[in-house]
Amino acid sequence: MSTTLVDWPTRVHATLQAAAVRQVGFVPDAGLTELIEHCQTDPGISDVLLATEEEGVALAIGAWLGGDRAALLMQSSGVGNCINAFAALRTCRVPLLMIVTMRGDWGETNPWQIPLGQSAQRHLELADIITHKVSAVEDVAPAVGAATQMAFESSEAVAVLISQRVIGAKTFEG
Amino acid sequence: MAGISRRQAVAKLLKGRSRLLVVAGLGAPAWDCAAAGDHDLNFYLWGGMGSAAMVGLGLALAQPSYSVVVVTGDGEMLMGLSSLATIAVMAPRNLTIVVLDNERYGETGMQQTHTAHGADLARIADGAGFSWTTRVENLKDADVIGPKLHESQGPGLAVLKVAAEKLPLVLPPRDGALLKDRFRQALLEREAER
Repeated sequence: MSTTLVDWPTRVHATLQAAAVRQVGFVPDAGLTELIEHCQTDPGISDVLLATEEEGVALAIGAWLGGDRAALLMQSSGVGNCINAFAALRTCRVPLLMIVTMRGDWGETNPWQIPLGQSAQRHLELADIITHKVSAVEDVAPAVGAATQMAFESSEAVAVLISQRVIGAKTFEG
Repeated sequence: MAGISRRQAVAKLLKGRSRLLVVAGLGAPAWDCAAAGDHDLNFYLWGGMGSAAMVGLGLALAQPSYSVVVVTGDGEMLMGLSSLATIAVMAPRNLTIVVLDNERYGETGMQQTHTAHGADLARIADGAGFSWTTRVENLKDADVIGPKLHESQGPGLAVLKVAAEKLPLVLPPRDGALLKDRFRQALLEREAER
């Protein structure tokens, strides 16, 4: 497989750039490290370090009110923190692109991560958020491309969930 | 009654507004902003408790040439305390948060909030790294806040200790999509004409 396919963070960042996403809120996750770094070094993006994930949903509403497109990057456990905030996306019909790196879905070694890992997608669906689950590295960038288009052209909240099959499972070794 | 009249304070704050974008937190602060005169560039939250300050941040980052004021209550701000730290990191100069602090959860029966027990939202914002904070106990002192909205010295947070009074409801439109669309139309069309 070519390195360009494996290097999904660079391709996803290029997608955000091409779609003129101007604000990216994030709570750090190991699987998001490179994408966050790309956003931080991009002068066209305001990268917003969030203390908790639901802040990013409200950030996106404010951004959209002001004419900016926003994205939210988080780990699957953060989906649980966003539930009440999600209601405003539907009520106000505000677009939001979410990129969720999974814990607790493939080879997880921390049992505390399993509950949200196994239910994050269903929580999103119950909140009327469109979900694309990706399990192969070559599918990440196309999924984010499609989600970005649907979010901002059709005014939808769309989440791309990236499996631990793509990003690997944390092992707590060494 | 002890405490500032919230309706008077908000009316003074918004009087003669120019290049000012208003985010109103749910409950009485939204009714106060509506009572001061409904405006296309007011966005009222009817839910999403704890999110008003972050909506203000997204808006302030998107529109740096406008002043953004978040008018919210103590209970709403308490639910979004972490956003004060987030806002301080981004340090938007055009963002001010005005907390109408009656030490009560007004919409649920006037139960006490943490500020009734000593929590000081101005000091919390100061500790988070806000550029300026102030705590105001009377209406006359509240006059200083209006000009500060436009001084671009933010992020700032003002706590107004308001009376714990139940006032007639002045309800803004409650359709979130309508509120969002009219706000964007008024703001973005105006920008397109510039």
